[in-house]
Amino acid sequence: MAKLVTLTIDGKQVTVPEGTLVVDAAKRIGIDIPVFCYHPKMEPVGMCRMCLVEIGRPAIDRATGEAVREADGSPRVVFSPKLETACTTPVAEGMVVIGASEKVKEGRKAILEFLLTSHPLDCPICDKGGECPLQNLTMGFGPGQSRFIYDDKIHLAKHVPLGELIFLDRERCIQCARCVRFQEAVVDDPVIGFYQRGRSLEIVTYSEPGFDSIFSGNTTDICPVGALTTADFRFGARPWELNAAASICAQCPVGCNITFNVRREAKAGGRWVIKRVMPRQNEAVNEIWICDKGRFGYHYTESPHRLSQPLVRKHGELTPASWEEALGLVADRFRQAGDGLLTLASGRLSNEDLFNLHQLTTSLGGKSALYTHMAGGDLVSRIGVAPGTNFADMGTGSAILVVASDLHEEAPIWWLRVKQAAERGATLIVLNPRPTRLDKFASHVLRYAYGSEAAAVLAMVNSLSAKRPDLPETVKALGRSPELEAAAKAFAAAENGVILFGSEGTSLATSQALAQACANLLITTNHVGRPNNGLIGVWQRANDQGAWDIGFRPMPDLAQAMRSARALYIVGADPAGDDPTLVETGDFLVVQELFLTDTAKLADVVLPVQAYTEREGSFTSGERRVQRFYPAVPERPGSKADFTIAGQIGALLGLDMEARLASKVFLRLAVSLKEYAGLSYTRLSEVEEQFPIVGRGDLYYGGTTYENTQGLGVQLPPTILLGEPLPLGWLELPQIQMPQDGLLAVPVTRLYDRGQTLLPSELLHPRLPQPYVAINPADGKRYRIPDGATVEIRSQTPISLVTLRRDPLVPEGVLLVPRSMGVPINGPTPVDLRQVERVIA
Amino acid sequence: MSQYILLRHREIPNLGKLEVYRQNDGFQAFYKAVTSMKPEEVIEVVKASGLRGRGGAGFPTGMKWAFVDRHNWPHYVVANADESEPGTFKDREIMENNPFQFLEGVAIAAYAVQANVAYIYLRGEFWQIAHQLDQRIAELYASGLLGDNLFGTDYSLRIYTHLGAGAYICGEETAMLESLEGKLGQPRLRPPFPPSYGLFGKPTVVNNVETLTNVPLIVANGASWYRQYGTEKSPGTKIFCLSGRINRPGNYELPLGTTFRQLIYEHGGGIPEGRQIKAIMPAGASSSLIIATDEALDTPMDYESVPNVGAALGSASLIIIDDTVSIPWLINKTIHFFKHESCGKCTPCREGTYWMMHLTERIAGGAATWEDVELLKDVASQMKGKCLCALGEFSIEAVLSGIERFKGDFEAQVGATQAAAEELPVPAD
Repeated sequence: MAKLVTLTIDGKQVTVPEGTLVVDAAKRIGIDIPVFCYHPKMEPVGMCRMCLVEIGRPAIDRATGEAVREADGSPRVVFSPKLETACTTPVAEGMVVIGASEKVKEGRKAILEFLLTSHPLDCPICDKGGECPLQNLTMGFGPGQSRFIYDDKIHLAKHVPLGELIFLDRERCIQCARCVRFQEAVVDDPVIGFYQRGRSLEIVTYSEPGFDSIFSGNTTDICPVGALTTADFRFGARPWELNAAASICAQCPVGCNITFNVRREAKAGGRWVIKRVMPRQNEAVNEIWICDKGRFGYHYTESPHRLSQPLVRKHGELTPASWEEALGLVADRFRQAGDGLLTLASGRLSNEDLFNLHQLTTSLGGKSALYTHMAGGDLVSRIGVAPGTNFADMGTGSAILVVASDLHEEAPIWWLRVKQAAERGATLIVLNPRPTRLDKFASHVLRYAYGSEAAAVLAMVNSLSAKRPDLPETVKALGRSPELEAAAKAFAAAENGVILFGSEGTSLATSQALAQACANLLITTNHVGRPNNGLIGVWQRANDQGAWDIGFRPMPDLAQAMRSARALYIVGADPAGDDPTLVETGDFLVVQELFLTDTAKLADVVLPVQAYTEREGSFTSGERRVQRFYPAVPERPGSKADFTIAGQIGALLGLDMEARLASKVFLRLAVSLKEYAGLSYTRLSEVEEQFPIVGRGDLYYGGTTYENTQGLGVQLPPTILLGEPLPLGWLELPQIQMPQDGLLAVPVTRLYDRGQTLLPSELLHPRLPQPYVAINPADGKRYRIPDGATVEIRSQTPISLVTLRRDPLVPEGVLLVPRSMGVPINGPTPVDLRQVERVIA
Repeated sequence: MSQYILLRHREIPNLGKLEVYRQNDGFQAFYKAVTSMKPEEVIEVVKASGLRGRGGAGFPTGMKWAFVDRHNWPHYVVANADESEPGTFKDREIMENNPFQFLEGVAIAAYAVQANVAYIYLRGEFWQIAHQLDQRIAELYASGLLGDNLFGTDYSLRIYTHLGAGAYICGEETAMLESLEGKLGQPRLRPPFPPSYGLFGKPTVVNNVETLTNVPLIVANGASWYRQYGTEKSPGTKIFCLSGRINRPGNYELPLGTTFRQLIYEHGGGIPEGRQIKAIMPAGASSSLIIATDEALDTPMDYESVPNVGAALGSASLIIIDDTVSIPWLINKTIHFFKHESCGKCTPCREGTYWMMHLTERIAGGAATWEDVELLKDVASQMKGKCLCALGEFSIEAVLSGIERFKGDFEAQVGATQAAAEELPVPAD
């Protein structure tokens, strides 16, 4: 616990930890010291000079070291002759800060008058107008009139694309360097910087493509003027026209809190449209940041290709039908199918949808399956991180193991928070077969061959606990590494320990083994059942963990189960799109979807659903935080919510199911699952004061991030705290079929893939790679295939044609296959490679 | 006894040759320091000598060395050879003609703070000097005066030169460090000061070329020898760079405490063509304008006395202004310089120098009114005390002192318009 210091700011006493900056101390007691360059998430630089205040310090007698006292016994306070910057000055005991004096008022007026001499004053056409710190502070502290002759202004370029996502207006820029500092210090993407000097200072990008960072959108939030705007929103609307709806990002398992800004538009026929996505503060989840996929990837919800009415196959053709007809048919066929019903759903769905689907399926005696390539969610339910977990609290004394995951690509905000924990002194162990962007922050970087991730973790366990005599050779071999032993010891010695496991190169089977191995390591090192301790799954989808909690499990022999099902009910998943061989459907196929996917095209009945932006619900994040999302826009006419459809089918089958209100479905869920006991939408909506205080009237302090007023969510207890046994189990290591001569193809996750929820965001297209696979240049030489050639990949599954990249970061003997890019590889698979002529259709 | 401590090459021919420098006891001080003195003892001698930084601020050199954080390693020494203040040309003469004494000073400073690497940061225009220094550094390596395990001890030292890219601000020590790290030359927030957080975040001593060039003779001859020159609080000699309206411009090494009059009239030969001296800028463009009264001319040039006439000694680069110079014109020139060199990091300097440039241009060009003069004063005043570094703070010195002390020049410049303005009827409410 840091030492506390008491000081006086404008007559109010405040006690804060030593090291707190004056500007933050003032903020805590509701005194706003205006700033431009200072941002509470970044180190101070003191450049803009807006935060100048008078600072007095108790006088100390140099001879005695005693405080000098006035005649009345009070300590004498000596003020510096100059104003000082509140943003760079740490608090001190007995300090007196004056922000309300005439001198300070004059100082602020002077700085604003200076800033405005170079500002274009184009507020009426500026995107920031209405939520602009410069505008607000000018109103609050600036001079009413300028003494600067307008014609003396320099005019500069107003539409400078720093990349295709972010535009710079040079004359609005006040050179506060918030964006430059954010990119460098916060997200380690120093791709923008200053060029030139003085009035000619200019933000430029050094990367190709321009402003190449997956966090670039955040710079527009913290920009205190309208200098940086997103291509998505610029000239799109005025801030005061926008309604705000709280939501949760659905792109990955982090569960970033976001706000959808919406308005009605004539050009959209008077409909409500989403104008932009803004981060919403949740200091335990995403702080005040979101990644660009979350910010720009929402357009699928507004795609004109959305389904708008049920389709029923008649005479071999999918034909529009009424909901009555479609649901009646589905209910009949489900009744007939009985225990032959197989429901396949994905973590794209909310808890309420999954709960109703599960109830419907089990009531009929059918089977439910989770559509995923990753296992281990049951173990996360049992030994996931305990309530109160926050990466921000991890630093010296904590250890974080990231295994089989390229976090920067799979869950950017976790990457950011893990990186920051490491910078605060946490022991970061990165265990991955190839280098990732987390390596440079790690204290231990360990490699293993693709397929032996579980063996590597078991080797760590084994180096700590009693040696097993029947240890598999792979584990023994890995365990001989002193680096691995050192990492295991560091993990065991830490007070807190968290493991994030992902799906780098794993199949369902190897993923299951990995999760179990991770569980063993956590249990062996006693990192379970406490805050900041436990297992986190880096899932593919936002609510995979919720699906596991509710009882959905992946099926090892999914293709076979789908073939033999009497009725197949696929919700929020497109197996045929991912792998054309996967769907040889049984007797009757129902697909519940936003789009007419490849799977939907095979269906007997297609049921159109609402996008999650159009309805209520909740997601359970990888850290097992249950969070609510709210409707942002009205539903697409003709569509229904997934839980409603399941509930209505249930009603037709005479089941007692809730179909109308998501909140009521959630209450039923809370009754049926013990770790959700006592939860309700009301409980999920609770908030408490967070620091830094952002998003109120004082946009100059934290930026345009939204304050969280609609719920911080609730972190679930791991079920071992509710009486479940510790899931310690010795596991069979899965056998990986290794290539005789060819390459081992392994699937990896890319942030920007070509999935159906990303492709409609055309803005991101330049960032989406064309379908590709990658090999080490040495293998490229061995196969005599140049970079950029088209190759044919042969395995048991059909042949894929795709572009080959040579990448020195790929280990030799491995073919890296990004998921959702059209090459169906679901785990480590031996393949052969051959160059082919590009076929021009 | 010699007249020179720093410009010894004026007495000793070919002092720029290593053999000549060594024949004149060159590198004896460094040898003595490394082989027979503890680093703290070297610092003590420099402290006792009272040597003060010659870059402008006059900070006690020994004290700066003593501030170097002993708990954080490695340490660095950076020689500030950015010499960019208009009217300053002393370091150039040292580096061109007495380079080994400077390099020996660098080496002794490095030994005193136990730095194994020292950098010489030169302004980009000094590329020829950098080239010469590189050759001389190579000679030192070849002669065993630099490199590993010097004189059989475990002390090693390497010296590198680095060229700036043409920015005045890089003479500011923290901007110099940023530039040396390969970043944009902008000053850092201080504190922390370089002795605790300097180059690459490590404790660093930054000293001016002239400062360092004093060191070998101080170490060789002792503090009390050095203190026989100059004044009690400003010991030693100083190179005064004399330029402007003067008969004999150039560098003059004289004891601190020499009066303006002695320098200007005895050494500099007075004002050309018998004109009258009007003002003195004692520290280049970063100066207040001193009215050249008799009292001012008889003021000793040392760190304590110059403030008595409303200026600072700074780098002691005196620009002499005679009675044919219009002060508004002069101020326009200096502000143009500061506007061009403002790094842009802090608001008041970036915007204020630009605004002042427009105002002074208008005033010097005769298109201004008295309100413009008042506004210029206001703009300068509202920059005062608000800038991040000294560049902005110094940019207003000439402006404020000029308007205050040479009001007549400004009145003459806007005279006609001011008279006209006074005759305008006062509008009724």
